[in-house]
Amino acid sequence: MGGATVLKLIAQRIALGVLLLLAVSVLIFAGTQILPGDVAQSILGQAATPQALENLRRELGLNDPAYIRYFRWLFGILQGDLGTALSNNRDIASALSGRLANTLFLAACAAVVSVPLAILLGLLAVRYRNGIIDKAISGFALASTSLPEFFIGYLLILVFAVKLQWFPASSTVYDSMGFLQRLQAVVLPASALTLVVLAHMMRMTRAAVLNVMQSAYIETAELKGLGPLKIIRRHAFPNAIAPIINVVMLNLAFLVVGVVVVEVIFVYPGMGQYLVDHVSKRDVPVVQAVGLIFAAVYITLNMVADIAAILANPRLRHPK
Amino acid sequence: MSIARIPIGALIGLILTAMFLIMAIFAPWLAPFGNGEIVGEVWAPMSAAHWLGTDNIGRDLLTRIIFGARTTIFIAVLATALSFTLGSVLGFTAAVVGGWFDTIMSRLVDLLMSIPTLIFGLVVLSVLPSTMLTLIMVMGILDSTRVYRLSRAVAVDINVMDFVEAARLRGEGTIWVIFREILPNALSPLISELGLRFIYAVLFLSALSFLGLGVQPPNADWGGMVKENKDGIVFGIGAALIPAAAIAALAISVNLVADWVLNRTTSLKGGRG
Repeated sequence: MGGATVLKLIAQRIALGVLLLLAVSVLIFAGTQILPGDVAQSILGQAATPQALENLRRELGLNDPAYIRYFRWLFGILQGDLGTALSNNRDIASALSGRLANTLFLAACAAVVSVPLAILLGLLAVRYRNGIIDKAISGFALASTSLPEFFIGYLLILVFAVKLQWFPASSTVYDSMGFLQRLQAVVLPASALTLVVLAHMMRMTRAAVLNVMQSAYIETAELKGLGPLKIIRRHAFPNAIAPIINVVMLNLAFLVVGVVVVEVIFVYPGMGQYLVDHVSKRDVPVVQAVGLIFAAVYITLNMVADIAAILANPRLRHPK
Repeated sequence: MSIARIPIGALIGLILTAMFLIMAIFAPWLAPFGNGEIVGEVWAPMSAAHWLGTDNIGRDLLTRIIFGARTTIFIAVLATALSFTLGSVLGFTAAVVGGWFDTIMSRLVDLLMSIPTLIFGLVVLSVLPSTMLTLIMVMGILDSTRVYRLSRAVAVDINVMDFVEAARLRGEGTIWVIFREILPNALSPLISELGLRFIYAVLFLSALSFLGLGVQPPNADWGGMVKENKDGIVFGIGAALIPAAAIAALAISVNLVADWVLNRTTSLKGGRG
C-alpha cells in the first residue's frame, strides 16, 4: 500500500469532480433555455418591435445555436468573466466578489460554532444512550428538521434584536467595518444557521459512533480488558472519524445553501440575497453565474468529504 | 387495533394532521371572514373578533391561515403525488429493464442531485412563468430524484425474487411485472417515505414563497404570509411568526405520524426492510 495509490485515487476524485461540475454547468445553462422567450425579449419587454429585438439579438449573439452560446459562456467564466447583469448593465464578477466573501464569512462563523457543538452533543448522546440527554437531543432534532429557517430567524430577531436589543435586526455589513463589528452583525444569522444544521450533524455523529461501538472488535477490546478510554482512543475514534468528517462536510455544503434563505431574513448582503433578487428580476446571466458558483462550492465540499474519507479510512483505498 | 395502543406522539400528530386537512378542505365554511377581505386595522393584536389579530393590510389572520392551509397543502400534495408517480415508475422500470435505460436514468439523477434543490429550483424559476402549475411541476420533478433512488433500490432487491422469475417464465410482460409483482411488494417502504417527501414539499414551497418566487399575491400560502408580515417583526409585531408556526406544526405532526407508520411496518417484518 504505497502513497502513489492514494494520490492516484485522490486525482481520480478531483477529475470526477471537475467532470461533474462541467455536466452541472450544462444543466444550469440548459435549465434557463427551456422557454422560447429569450434575453432580448426580457430586456425590451413584450411591446418591443421585431426590428429592435432582432438588433439586440444580433448584438448579444443570441442568433447563434445554443451550444455555441454555451461554450462562449463557459470560456468566459473560465477566464473570470461572468458576463453583465441585464437589470443594471454592471459587471457580475465585480458585484459578486464582495458578496461571496460575505457569504463565506457568515457560513464560516456558523461552521466554527456548529461543528464542535454537534460532535460534542453527538458524543454525549452516545455516552448517555437512551437517557434523558439522548431523548432531549432527538426531540430537538425532530423539531429542528421540521422548523422552517424563517421561523427560527424571525424568532431570534423578535427576541434578541427587538425585545432585548442585544443585536441589530438587520445584519448590514460594509467594507469599512471592523472585524468585531462584523462579528456582532452576523451573530443572529449565524445562530439561525447553526440551529438549522446542528440537529442533522448531531444525529449523524451519534449514528456513526454508535455504529462503531457495536462492532465486534470493540467487544473484543472490551473482553481482553482494555479500559473504556483506551477503547475509544485506539479503536472507536479512528473508525468513526471518517463518517464524522463526511457528515461535517455534507453539512458545510448544506450551510452554503441554507444561507440563501437566512440572508434574505436578516437582509445580509451576501450571494444568496443577490441570487433571489435577480431571480425575481428574471436576470438570467446573474442567475446562471450565481447558481454555478453555489453548485461549485457544493460539489467541491462533497469532493473534499470523499477525499477526507479516503485519507481517514484505509479500507476505502481498495476500490472493490 | 384500538386507539389506546397508538403512542401519544403519533396520536397528537394524527389529530393535528387531521385538523389541518379539515381546515384545508372546508376553508370557506370555517373561515370567519372572506378570503382577502379587509376587516380591521393594520396588525391589530389578538382579540375576540380576530383571534389571531390582523395582517399587514388589515385582513383577518385566522382567515388567511385557513385559506393558506388550502393553498399550501393543495400544492404540496400534488407535488408529492407527481414526484412519487414519476420517481417510482421510472425507478421500477430502471430496475426491471436494466441496461442502458438504467444507466442513463441513474446518471441523470446523480447529476440532478449534485446541485442543491433550492438553487436549481431558483435557476429554473427565473425563466418560467410564476403559476401554481409551474411550481407543482418544478417541485415534483426535482423531488422525484429521491423517490427514484429509493424505489430503484427496493425494486432491484425484489426483482431477483422467485415469484418475479415465475411471472416472467409464465410469459408476463414488463408492465405486468412492474405493477403486479414489484409495486405491491415495494409499497411499505415507499409509504413511509411519502410522509417525509410531503414535509419536504411543504418546507420547499414555503421557502420559495417566502423568497417571493412561489405562490403569487393576492393568493397566499403560509410562506407567502410570512413574507407579507415580515416587516412587522422589527416593530415587535409577531404576525409573521403565526404562519411560520403553522408550517412547523404541520411538518412536526406529519413527521410524528410518518415515524409511527415506519416503526409499525418495520416491526411487522422484524427489522428495517
